Amino acid sequence: MKITLGTVTKPGGSRANKTGAWRTSVKPRFLQKNCIGCDVCALSCPEGCIFGTGQRTYYANEDFCKGCGICANVCPVHDIEMIPEGGEDA
Amino acid sequence: MLKGKMIQGCRAIAEAVTLCRPRVISAYPITPQTLIVEELASMVAEGELDTEFINVEGEHSAASLVLGASATGVRVFTATSSQGLLYMAEVVFNIAGMRLPVVMVNANRSLSAPLNIWNDQQDSISMRDCGWMQLYAENNQDACDLILQAYRIAEDHRVMLPVMVCVDGFVLPHAFEVVDLPSQKEVDAYLPPYQPLYKLDPDNPYTMGAFAEPDKYMEARYMIQHTMEASIPIIEEVSREFKRTFGRVAGGLFEKYRVDDASTVVVALGSMAGTIKDVVDDLRNKGQEVGVLRLITYRPFPEEALYEALKGAQNIVVIEKALSLGGSAPLAVELRSVFHGRPASPKISGFVIGLGGRDVTTDDLKYAIEKAQQQLINMEFIGLRTDLELEGVNA
Amino acid sequence: MPELVKERDKLVDHLLCSGHTACPGCGQSLAARLMVRAAGRNVIIVNSTGCLEIFTSKYPESAWEVPWLHSLFQNTAAVASGVEAALKTLGRLDKVRVIAQGGDGSTFDIGFGAISGMFERGHDILYVCYDNEAYMNTGIQRSGSTPRYARTTTSPPGKVSLGNLRPKKDLPQIAAAHGIPYVAVASVGYPMDLDRKIRKALSIRGPKYVQIHVPCPLGWGTEPSKTIDYARLAVNTGLCPLIEIENGVTTAIKIPARVPVEEYLKGQVRFRHLLEGTGRKEEIAEIQKLADRNIEVYDLIAK
Repeated sequence: MKITLGTVTKPGGSRANKTGAWRTSVKPRFLQKNCIGCDVCALSCPEGCIFGTGQRTYYANEDFCKGCGICANVCPVHDIEMIPEGGEDA
Repeated sequence: MLKGKMIQGCRAIAEAVTLCRPRVISAYPITPQTLIVEELASMVAEGELDTEFINVEGEHSAASLVLGASATGVRVFTATSSQGLLYMAEVVFNIAGMRLPVVMVNANRSLSAPLNIWNDQQDSISMRDCGWMQLYAENNQDACDLILQAYRIAEDHRVMLPVMVCVDGFVLPHAFEVVDLPSQKEVDAYLPPYQPLYKLDPDNPYTMGAFAEPDKYMEARYMIQHTMEASIPIIEEVSREFKRTFGRVAGGLFEKYRVDDASTVVVALGSMAGTIKDVVDDLRNKGQEVGVLRLITYRPFPEEALYEALKGAQNIVVIEKALSLGGSAPLAVELRSVFHGRPASPKISGFVIGLGGRDVTTDDLKYAIEKAQQQLINMEFIGLRTDLELEGVNA
Repeated sequence: MPELVKERDKLVDHLLCSGHTACPGCGQSLAARLMVRAAGRNVIIVNSTGCLEIFTSKYPESAWEVPWLHSLFQNTAAVASGVEAALKTLGRLDKVRVIAQGGDGSTFDIGFGAISGMFERGHDILYVCYDNEAYMNTGIQRSGSTPRYARTTTSPPGKVSLGNLRPKKDLPQIAAAHGIPYVAVASVGYPMDLDRKIRKALSIRGPKYVQIHVPCPLGWGTEPSKTIDYARLAVNTGLCPLIEIENGVTTAIKIPARVPVEEYLKGQVRFRHLLEGTGRKEEIAEIQKLADRNIEVYDLIAK
C-alpha cells in the first residue's frame, strides 16, 4: 500500500469494505408481489445498496447491506420483509 | 551606488508577492504585519495585482482559506504575526500535513501575555514543530529575495511543503531601505506557474484529508521529516540558481561573516545580525578573532552544514530573541545537539536578548561575547533591568 | 416535485458509495447520499471533522466519488471560501459548485464564526448542516443544537438534573439574519423535499444554508429501522418545521399528519427520563408548547 502526500486517496475505494459482514440477525427479503416500483426503498437505503428499475425488480446487494431494516419499514405496500440472516427457512 | 529604489519594507514585500502572481490572498490584520496587507489591498484596488483578495474574520480563517485555495490548485499567500500565528496554529500544522505549498510572511512579534506589539522571534520559534520551512530575513532586500525563493522551494515536487518567511516586525516592514526588485518578466521566467500534484477537480476527483490509523500515521509524519531533511540541498540549489539569475546572493542555509578563521563565532537569526556584523568588525579591529554566522534556514535545521561551518571555533555565542519558557534558549539548545558526541566540541553559550522590542545595542552584544569568552553560559538574559521590583522574584 | 429516477443513473445514486462505516440506519449517511445525489458530479465538497468525515474517509478507502476535502473541525466554511475563491480565479465557478458540510457540532458551535464570516462575505457556497442534535462522533455530547431536556453524556439527567436545560439555537434564523438569499430546513424523513431544497439552493448564486434534521439511532436511542419514522415524527409534531427563507420571505410545508410531542419523544432513550413512571408532565407540556408555537409562527396546519 502506498502512503500518498497528504493522505490523498482516489475515489470509491470504500467498496473494498464489504459491510454486509456486519449483519448479525436480519436481512431484507424483497417479496416481488405488491411492489409498485416507487423507488422509495432504494432512495431510503443509507448504504445505497438497493437496486432496481421498475416494478418487482428491486433487490439489496448483500455485500453491503447492514440489515438496518429501513427499507422494510418505509415500503408503502409492505413488500419487504426482514428475515433471519440464516435464510428464509431458519 | 546601490541598485534599486528607496521603499518602505511593507511595500517592497507586497511588490515581491505581486511578482509571484498568487491567485488568492487572504489575511487578517495584526500589528506589525498590517502594512503589508494594506499595501497588497491597495495594489489590488489600483489594478496592479490580479488576485482574489479576501478579508476574513480571523487568522484561523485566513489560513483555512488559503488552504482551501491551494488544495484547489492555485498559488496563494498569507501573512500574519504573533497572536495571529498562534490563533492559526492548528491550520498551520494542517497545511504542512496536507503537503500544500503555501507561502506566508510572518512579521516577528512577541507573544502575550503581557501584550506587546514589538519585535522578537518568540512567535515563529514557538511554531518550529509545525512542518513548515522557516527562512529568516536580515533586511528588506533579503525578505523580497526569500519570498521569491520560497515559492520556488515550496512548489518543487521533491518538496511540496509550506514555507514561512520571517521578517522582524517593525524593524523590516516599517523601515525604508533601498530594495532592488526584478521585473515581472524576469520573475515569470524564474517562477513558472504552480503545478499541483493533487488538486480538487471534478474532472479528476480526489479525497483529501483522509484520516490515518495508528498503522499509517507515523509513516505520514516520517515522510515530512524525510522531505525536510532532503530539502537542505534543494534550498542551497535554489540559492545558487537565484544568484545566477538575479546576480545577488540571497537565501541558502546561512551566511558566514568572517567565520572561517574565527575562534569565537556569534550565531543569530534575522535583522540583528546586521548589528552583530558591526560589532564583529569593531572587535576584529581590536585584534579579536570573531565572526558571525547568520542562520537563514532555521527549518529544516541544517545540522551537518552547521557542524562543518562551526567546528573550528572554540566559543559559540548564540544570541536569540526567543525563549522556551521553563526550558532554555531554543537555538542554543538545538545547536548544542549538533555537536553532541562528535569530535569538535566548542563551548556553546546561550543569550536571550531584545524581547518585546527592546533595542539590541552594540554594548549588549559586546557584553555577551565577552562573558561567553570567559565562561560557558547555559542561558542568560541580556539587559535585564535591575531598577525594577519584580513581584515573586526579588520583591 | 422532481421526477423520480426512472432509468437509474448509477453514478449519481452512488456519489457517496457503499462500504462506508456509518452505523446501520444512520440518518446522516442517508441524508448525505441524497444530498450529493441531488448535487451531482460537478461539485467540490469540504467536510468538517465528525461522523460523516470519519465513516467516509479512512485512508486509503474513500466513499466519495466527487472531489472532497477534510481539513479541521471548525474551519469548513473558511476552507470552502478558499475553494470558491480559487475556482473564481480559474473561471470555473459557473460550472463547479462548492458545498461545505458538517454536523451540528461544527456548525452551531465551533465553526459558527467561520460560517458567519462566509455568509457575510457573500461567497457562492452551499452550507449543509446534518443536524442530529449532539456531538455524536465523540460519543454523544451536548451541542448548541441539543433540544431542551435531551440526554447527552455531558448533560445527563440525574438526581438534580433533567438533562440539557438550554434551548436549541435557532441557526436558520441566524443564517437568515445575515441576509443570505436562501435558508431551508429539510428532514431525512422526507427525501424528495430534501432533494428539491438542495437543487433549489444550488441554482442560486451566493451563500445558502440548508439544515437537514437527521436521527442518530445510537445517540437518540432509537430503532435503526425507524430512522425515517422518527424524522417524520419530528416534523409532524411541529418540532422541526420545514421552512424556507428566500430573500427574507418565509414559507413552510404544512404538517402532513399532526401528532402530539409524546408520540415523538417515546421510543427515544434520550427522552426516556421524561416519560418514566408518572412522567414529567410539566416538561412535556413545555416541549408541546414549543411545538405549538412553531405551528403558529410558521402556519404549519393546512386549513
